[in-house]
Amino acid sequence: MELNAISIGFVVFTIFTLGGGVGVVTTRNLFQGTIWLMVSLFGVAGYFVLLSAPFLAAVQILVYIGAIAILITFAVMLTRSVTRVKARYIRLVPSLLASFALFLILLLGIAVPVFGEISPDIAPVTVASTRDLGAALVDENGYVVPFLLASVLLTGAMIGAIFIARDDTA
Amino acid sequence: MDEICTGLCRLMVDSGAEPGLAQFVSLLVGVLLVSGVPLLTVILLIWIERKVAARIQDRIGPNRVGPIGLMQTFADLLKLLGKEDITPTAADRLLYNVAPLVSFASVVLIWAIVPFTPFHYGVDLEIGALFFVAVASFGTLAIMVAGWASNNKYALLGAFRVVSLLVSYEVPLVFALLAPVMLAGSMSMLDIVNAQSGMWFVVLSPLAFVIFYISSQAETGRAPFDLIEAESELVAGFNIEYSGMKFGMFFAAEFLHVFTNGILMALLFFGGWMGPLYYESPLLAFAWLGAKGGIIYLTTLWLRNTVPRLRIDQIMAFNWKCLVPLSIANIVLVSLALKALQELNLVPRQLIGASFVDMLPATITLLVINGALAIYLLGILRRRGQEARREAQAAPMQFARATAD
Amino acid sequence: MVPLWMYLAVAAALFSLGVFGALSRRNAVAVLMSVELMLNAVNINLVAFWRYSETSTDLLLNGYAFTAFVLIVAAAEAAVGLAIIITVYRNRRSVIPEEAAALKG
Repeated sequence: MELNAISIGFVVFTIFTLGGGVGVVTTRNLFQGTIWLMVSLFGVAGYFVLLSAPFLAAVQILVYIGAIAILITFAVMLTRSVTRVKARYIRLVPSLLASFALFLILLLGIAVPVFGEISPDIAPVTVASTRDLGAALVDENGYVVPFLLASVLLTGAMIGAIFIARDDTA
Repeated sequence: MDEICTGLCRLMVDSGAEPGLAQFVSLLVGVLLVSGVPLLTVILLIWIERKVAARIQDRIGPNRVGPIGLMQTFADLLKLLGKEDITPTAADRLLYNVAPLVSFASVVLIWAIVPFTPFHYGVDLEIGALFFVAVASFGTLAIMVAGWASNNKYALLGAFRVVSLLVSYEVPLVFALLAPVMLAGSMSMLDIVNAQSGMWFVVLSPLAFVIFYISSQAETGRAPFDLIEAESELVAGFNIEYSGMKFGMFFAAEFLHVFTNGILMALLFFGGWMGPLYYESPLLAFAWLGAKGGIIYLTTLWLRNTVPRLRIDQIMAFNWKCLVPLSIANIVLVSLALKALQELNLVPRQLIGASFVDMLPATITLLVINGALAIYLLGILRRRGQEARREAQAAPMQFARATAD
Repeated sequence: MVPLWMYLAVAAALFSLGVFGALSRRNAVAVLMSVELMLNAVNINLVAFWRYSETSTDLLLNGYAFTAFVLIVAAAEAAVGLAIIITVYRNRRSVIPEEAAALKG
């Protein structure tokens, strides 16, 4: 791996992603956990930039940092009296073992080509642009059905969330 | 930035540096140059704002330090730097210190996509308009974090208000932003400006501009939406515990954000650097952009110093019951009209380089649609206002209680 | 250019972190955050595979488009999930999943 802007970016974003992830699962204070989650997801957005998917990176930041982070912080504060529970973990050791085993299995899957050829290390030079994605999303041979379903899902989720969280006494 | 970058890059490679590293370093220099522009402007902006506010309020404003008070900001800067840097004992030390940085960075980052002239820009992202929205959401989070980390009930209350305000007004802001993006057929800021060579987008979709103007005023937390800092109610809102340069960062971020919005509106709706002789002289193009942005900026100052503050429920009601439906209706109508015009071949497929005459049919159609929508909206608002007045005259006390709930 | 396996390794690590958090954290909000980590690990994989496959040049945008849909689902999931957590908290004064077991026989 030679030294250039992309590899430096990769190292930085890896620190963000994994550091933030460790912060999420270890922090005692949930508000800080939210911030760690944002650091991690920012790193993921950085990967998207490196992988020539800038649209996804912008949407990632917009959706996660602009919306979900705010939502989670509100939830943390609304349930504040119990967010400082003494014990952070239940069944700490089994889940630690299980997740570590899973990690090893995944690494094995990456290193050993079970399902065929070893993956290429060189990406194609030209990439589909955001314009292509936009065209594909509304193309009848593309993703127009999932696109419409997604909008129905979002509407349903919005109505459902309002209905569930509504305070009947007020 | 491109020229500087390639030039510097070549220089470094020639003197024996590794190509990858040279590329990285020259990128870094370019970033510093582009972010330097807003950092220097903010010093001037604070002086302008104080001077304008003073004139509107029949005062003189800063006039002691330097000629016509020009050095006042530097004096303030020194004062802020010399102040004791207080971190409350119960505060969350890390988050408390990071929040002002993120807040300021979120504004400076917007300048990366601002094209100063047709040839000088930080970076021309194909998702430029979306980048602006994404980066702006950092500011919201920073305010939330600042309010929470201060461990102060006024700060938290202020943060709650701000975040609900910012999140709500982001909806019409993004919808309004869609209008120029649809007209230009691109999210790149460079393409959006170039597409306005025939006609400025403010003529094609004036309603989108009005919505964008109002919601960006709300996003910066300026009057009539200044309950973020509502001095008389919340002491100082989310930044109550901050002192010294950390407060200065929030302060500078707010001032810069207002001007940045002015520049963005100039780019999105007023043709950016378009003006006589812009292509021949980059300096003139830069001046056109600055002048347009500056005029919009001055109108926001005028607004700020003229109108009173609204209540939080009034602001929310105005957003969800008026601005959001209006912006959705605007988007639907503009997109339908644009599609119809394209089918009838009344609008050039490629707006870039289109002439004034090419754009006339589209302009007239869109203007009529926008006008009809505006008249319809004004009719509704007028009826609502008359109803409210009648109720207030019939039973003043009951009305006051009902609206206060 | 960074080789593909590095992206996959980071995604695997992130996914395992998410699994660990979802299994072990007591607080339902923390569990939800861990689920977000897992979703993002999957997103890294989807985009990386899309980028390194030959199809990234033509209109076969499966990985790209799928990631966009995952983001949409994540937003919907967070909204509904947090609404449920707040409702449970309001009724039972608890955000620990194990304690919301009123239907348990």
